[in-house]
Amino acid sequence: MSDTTKQAPSPADVASLARPRPSAEGKPVQPAVAVTPAREVTGAQALVLSLEAIGCDTVFGIPGGAILPAYDPMLDSKKVRHILVRHEQGAGHAAEGYASATGRVGVCMATSGPGATNLVTPLADAHMDSVPVVAITGQVASAAIGTDAFQEADIRGITMPITKHNYLVTDAAKIPQAIAEAFHVASTGRPGPVLVDISKDALQATTTFSWPPPIDLPGYRPVTRPHGKQIREASRLMAAARRPVLYVGGGVVRARASEALRRLVELTGIPVVTTLMARGTVPDSEPLNLGMPGMHGTVAAVTGLQKSDLIIALGARFDDRVTGQLSTFAPDAKVIHADIDPAEISKNRIADVPIVGDAGEVIRDLIEQVTLDRATDDKPGGWDYEEWRARVAEWKQTFPLGYTDSEDGTLSPQYVIERIGALSGPEATYVAGVGQHQMWAAQFVQYERPNAWLNSGGLGTMGYSVPAAMGAKVAEPERTVWAIDGDGCFQMTNQELATCVINHIPIKVAVINNSSLGMVRQWQTLFYDERYSNTNLQPLEQRVPDFVKLADAYGCLGLRAETPEEVDAAIRLALETDDRPVVIDFIVHRDAMVWPMVPAGVSNDMIQAARHEAPVWERED
Amino acid sequence: MSKHTLSVLVEDKPGVLTRVAALFSRRGFNIDSLAVGPTELADISRITVVVEVEGAALEQVTKQLNKLIEVLKVVELDPHASVQREILLVKVRADPATRSQVVDTISLFKAKVVDVTTDAVVIEATGTSEKLRALLDVLEPFGIRELVQSGMVALGRGSRSITDRSLRSA
Repeated sequence: MSDTTKQAPSPADVASLARPRPSAEGKPVQPAVAVTPAREVTGAQALVLSLEAIGCDTVFGIPGGAILPAYDPMLDSKKVRHILVRHEQGAGHAAEGYASATGRVGVCMATSGPGATNLVTPLADAHMDSVPVVAITGQVASAAIGTDAFQEADIRGITMPITKHNYLVTDAAKIPQAIAEAFHVASTGRPGPVLVDISKDALQATTTFSWPPPIDLPGYRPVTRPHGKQIREASRLMAAARRPVLYVGGGVVRARASEALRRLVELTGIPVVTTLMARGTVPDSEPLNLGMPGMHGTVAAVTGLQKSDLIIALGARFDDRVTGQLSTFAPDAKVIHADIDPAEISKNRIADVPIVGDAGEVIRDLIEQVTLDRATDDKPGGWDYEEWRARVAEWKQTFPLGYTDSEDGTLSPQYVIERIGALSGPEATYVAGVGQHQMWAAQFVQYERPNAWLNSGGLGTMGYSVPAAMGAKVAEPERTVWAIDGDGCFQMTNQELATCVINHIPIKVAVINNSSLGMVRQWQTLFYDERYSNTNLQPLEQRVPDFVKLADAYGCLGLRAETPEEVDAAIRLALETDDRPVVIDFIVHRDAMVWPMVPAGVSNDMIQAARHEAPVWERED
Repeated sequence: MSKHTLSVLVEDKPGVLTRVAALFSRRGFNIDSLAVGPTELADISRITVVVEVEGAALEQVTKQLNKLIEVLKVVELDPHASVQREILLVKVRADPATRSQVVDTISLFKAKVVDVTTDAVVIEATGTSEKLRALLDVLEPFGIRELVQSGMVALGRGSRSITDRSLRSA
């Protein structure tokens, strides 16, 4: 009988509910939770009081029939700021942006039926990228559930596969507990979205409210402490390795473990690759950082993994966009795989040393063990990666990221993004949509801190950028927040510019406008014989729409740059403008492509640095 | 691909069976048999699921099940160290001339007649799926009019209980 019981429980500490996993660095400040004596309230008041008690300061949402009762006490709340968005998808992505920028739980709210189903995309997005989000939806009255009532949708059933957990609450007395549990589940272990669906009669009923409520999650016991034996085994493999690579994923960002990771890199001198979700975890200025691995990764990062003899994966999940064809990925490498989610370990690539635990705790234990082992280990050649470092450094130097300017003097998208990064600096937050501009933003902005780069990595949600940037700006109003968006993405969610103008959320939007669904077009160029089926967004003479006029109509500052000479001035003006959002329409040439590239489904050995240009490797023995 | 029997202890809450069943289908695992029922502990149900997978996928399905908040415990039962049973109800054509033959036949399987009419009997049998298949084979010539079969339930042999420890800690 093999017993796979969940591990020892960590006591659910109500006082720490609103906080993400505890760690030494960057702990977000939340108001201390005072015990509230019982008093008589409506379910709706209990909901708002619960949000206040748990330290929620912002809710993005839209009211409607079923959630209406909740909006009445919301009007009086001094602690919770409700931001009225223009589309529920915007509320969801804003909550994600808020959460990704800070690590605090992002909250969004919608009514039943279409309001709730409009949250499906951001919830799926948050699920894929492990973003702590709580979504609160109204549901039709409990007596009407199951009758196909007006604006009824089984949102709990719909969101089961795309949330970490979800609730249907039909009893007013259960609302505080559901909210407390939702915040706890969303923010601990592997973070993720939790949906709480509350029937209208539960919001209207009278109940008593007291705080904190009991938490009853006997089946939820995330393991954060790594196993000592596995740490020792990991250190042993590191000592024996000649070509190790640290493969760092978004889990390190969520665990707030960047500082610890930087110490580990410094201590061991092992080269690092930072995935799309982990850009900035190790500064790009760190010489050992080889950049992003994967389909559009740097030659050094892709090749470093491919030729390594040991991969130390921290909070990464061997996604197909990183590994390429799995059977040929890093064929000589042993794998140490540390993740808070046991199900990620050996899911795609079998791990030689599996470590279940919080990334921060794993890294700190590794540092301790490695320090000890290096002091006592006298085997010749142990811990020596000098030769390997020289090799990866040469790849990095020989195949730097780059681009060629267009032949006709029109604007290169990469140049625009490079200038935005250079003029705005590492303290700004950069939020991308999905597609070519996303890859260029991951490549050509220099990231020096975690949480400076937000994007939709797993789900690849076009339209993420503007609302997520809005959420990030609300969470950290003192930071410059850039939405680096494509013209395709921008037209999916730009209605939230109205929300930004009205609520004084001065984000800056750079529309990298190539008049196309650029990434799809790139694939059509490369794999479909240049047959451009349905990727041209601007077939007419006039601009449809004219983004500068659109920005103007919203009350934003609208700018346009069409030549390299106009770029810096537009960016500078945007950076100086803080009284309203700015939209810059950068008209770029449409034939620019994202390089390097590993075509889908083939081995990472087939990386091309540019079109028709595969790296020529030094001879292997 | 081999069959594995998993006992899944879950909180008895609305929707929990959907969560478990949907997890199998969305991750591409094939459910061979599924049975749900109460346990000796109030508020805890036990799902017995037979799944057809090979080694690495079994580990993955177990881990994914454990991630469900309402799943308390997942145990794989070794067929040699557990008792596994299904129940079968089958309606067989049996007139007064053939009835005694039917009754004789099923007594070899320790099955019993639970309903009789002039031209049919309803037979109840329990056992492993192999035994029940053998029973159906010998009943086939008489004429099977209708049958219904449960999913498998299984219990480990010996004095140990999978509900023993740490389930009610919270």
